[in-house]
Amino acid sequence: MNVKRILAALAAAAFAAAVGPVRAAEGVKLDDIEVNLTDVASLQSGARTFVNYCLNCHSASLVRYSALRQLDLTDEQIKDNLMFTAEKIGMPMDIAMRPRDAKAWFATVPPDLSVIARARGADWLYTYLRTFYRDASTPTGWNNPVYTSPVMPHVLWKLQGEQVLKEVPATTRDGRPVVDEHGQPRKLAKLELAAPGRQSTAEYDKTAYDLVNFLVWMGEPNQLERKRLGIWVLFGLTVLVFLTYFLKLVYWKNVH
Amino acid sequence: MANGTTGNAWALRLFEWVDSRFPLSALWKEHLSEYYAPKNFNFWYYFGSLSLLVLVLQTITGIFLTMNYKPDATLAFASVEYIMREVPWGWLIRYLHSTGASAFFICVYLHMFRALLYGSYRKPRELLWLVGVLIFLSLMAEAFFGYLLPWGQMSYWGAQVIVNLFGAIPFVGEDLAIWIRGDYVVSDATLNRFFALHVAALPLVLVGLVVVHILALHDEHVGSNNPDGIEIKKNKDPVTGIPRDAIPFHPYYTVKDIFGAMVFLLVFSVIVFFAPELGGYFLEHNNFIPADPLKTPSHIAPVWYFTPYYSVLRATTDELKWVIGAAVAVFMLWAYLRYRRRTGGLVIFGFRLSLPTSIGMVLLVIGAVLFWLLVVLEAKVWGVLLMGASVVIFAFLPWLDRSPVKSIRYKGWMYKLALAVFAIAFIVLGYLGMQVPTPTATRIAQVSMIAYFAFFLLMPWYTSIDKTKPPPERLT
Repeated sequence: MNVKRILAALAAAAFAAAVGPVRAAEGVKLDDIEVNLTDVASLQSGARTFVNYCLNCHSASLVRYSALRQLDLTDEQIKDNLMFTAEKIGMPMDIAMRPRDAKAWFATVPPDLSVIARARGADWLYTYLRTFYRDASTPTGWNNPVYTSPVMPHVLWKLQGEQVLKEVPATTRDGRPVVDEHGQPRKLAKLELAAPGRQSTAEYDKTAYDLVNFLVWMGEPNQLERKRLGIWVLFGLTVLVFLTYFLKLVYWKNVH
Repeated sequence: MANGTTGNAWALRLFEWVDSRFPLSALWKEHLSEYYAPKNFNFWYYFGSLSLLVLVLQTITGIFLTMNYKPDATLAFASVEYIMREVPWGWLIRYLHSTGASAFFICVYLHMFRALLYGSYRKPRELLWLVGVLIFLSLMAEAFFGYLLPWGQMSYWGAQVIVNLFGAIPFVGEDLAIWIRGDYVVSDATLNRFFALHVAALPLVLVGLVVVHILALHDEHVGSNNPDGIEIKKNKDPVTGIPRDAIPFHPYYTVKDIFGAMVFLLVFSVIVFFAPELGGYFLEHNNFIPADPLKTPSHIAPVWYFTPYYSVLRATTDELKWVIGAAVAVFMLWAYLRYRRRTGGLVIFGFRLSLPTSIGMVLLVIGAVLFWLLVVLEAKVWGVLLMGASVVIFAFLPWLDRSPVKSIRYKGWMYKLALAVFAIAFIVLGYLGMQVPTPTATRIAQVSMIAYFAFFLLMPWYTSIDKTKPPPERLT
């Protein structure tokens, strides 16, 4: 029966489509990270970095401070350590800077970060936070390969230190130099730490990871609950699939 | 029904009271317990009832979303996140609705593919099919209007791109686009009217058309087609008047469809609870950035269910205009030669038109007009026309298919090949419509697009010469 062959072709095409629609930042290879929303310590650390370094220019106005209770924090802990831009715990994470002023000062309004992780993806954010480098040609003195000439300077530079972009000769895995079609050695752009910051590279990577983890959590605070509930729903529906299947068999017993 | 407790007696009396004032039992019989359907429905026959299930799901979740959504350009984006975060169970309602939109198209596309497999659009089901095409068009409009409401970047720029297409229509285009938007750009005015159309106008149209669709199906001269594509009503039991190969819809297909609904809901729930964005296919990443009229995204793509048609639009380049021109010329010549051979009149798609003798002149004039249009109209206009044509062309299927049999089971290799090529072309177009266009991708899209249209336009030819097998007398 040719229908089967049609189906096989359809399945093959569907597989081809599964490689995914395009996301921002083409051309730069992003670091692949696995977020972990059950790691409460990481989320708390990310929240601390977020309110200290991000929540001055960026708002998260769709999120209330009280949502941080979900990170195993008491109201006192939130108020004393994390809540600098509001008086009441039920208030949203707004900032004092008015959009009009932001426009005048930066030529653009820093985006609200409530759902930024859903727009950019964890890999992009993680790579972006770790790849700022010194570039005298930009207004801020910083540049970034995943977001060319960003309006935002490297806010975390005291932690990470200062990176520079160096051109190094590309090598194969066993150390031989790679040449292009003209016989010239191929160059690769590489980031190098020129001046260390307060944190070691490993520590800074963890800071960036925690921050991204927090941003992913903040993008959808209900996501763990969603998955927990989903297990029960799938369990219930599986039972119903079997029950209704046998019900159908019983009714159809005498249809030939 | 009457034997038993007093409770049942009360229920029976209530039922009789209603039934003597409203055709309750008559409707039940006509559409369920005495609607006789072929007994050999297979996998493909689940998607009609599943489409209805999704329609109900979308209506109910939509009502609850409307209670908390704000159709206001300054509030819309935040109100959706408010639903996601603050409204009790809001996230679930919203994900059911957003996943339901894609599920609706999956069910409807498979439902339509079923018709292509078994010739369900053929006589006497032409009107049923036409109503179905209208439902499909309304569904596309409903989805398009709804997609603006979250007011993200893709909502905004998708609407901008599609409304601008109307601007390509010669003479009236610009005014028409402004009339649709209610403004010179997509704005609060547009959001408000799209909201009205999405929650009131189109749901009414959809539900109305679905009722007509079911009435047309359940007409005593029509009834359901089947995988064998033969008319079960030609073989009725002389005593009962019931087709021999039929079973009552209730309870047989009601229990079967309930099972189908459970399997569907299982798959649906996997997406809703574990992958509601489905990797950016069901909820696009860029739509989590609020609409900004001053920042055009570098890559604008509609949601997956529109991308095959979007591909047709993008693939219509100036170059392709001449391919269309050549195809029209060849077709004209072929029609003319065919006419010359059979002196009865002009034959197009097998229709005999009795026209005056100087038919060549008529063709020449039509050809000249088309050529003039090719030169005058820019590629964008042709793109819009072809995109529209790629949807509307489904409506002509009942008259394009000249095969003596309905079902693919008894059709020859030509139709099987054509359908396979069409299905692949549809998916390739859909995939390419999501990607950034490159010269190679555009070329592949153009080839796919030609295959897409060839499936329909060459159908009268290949279905009439295809070698078919004789269908059986009774269902297999």
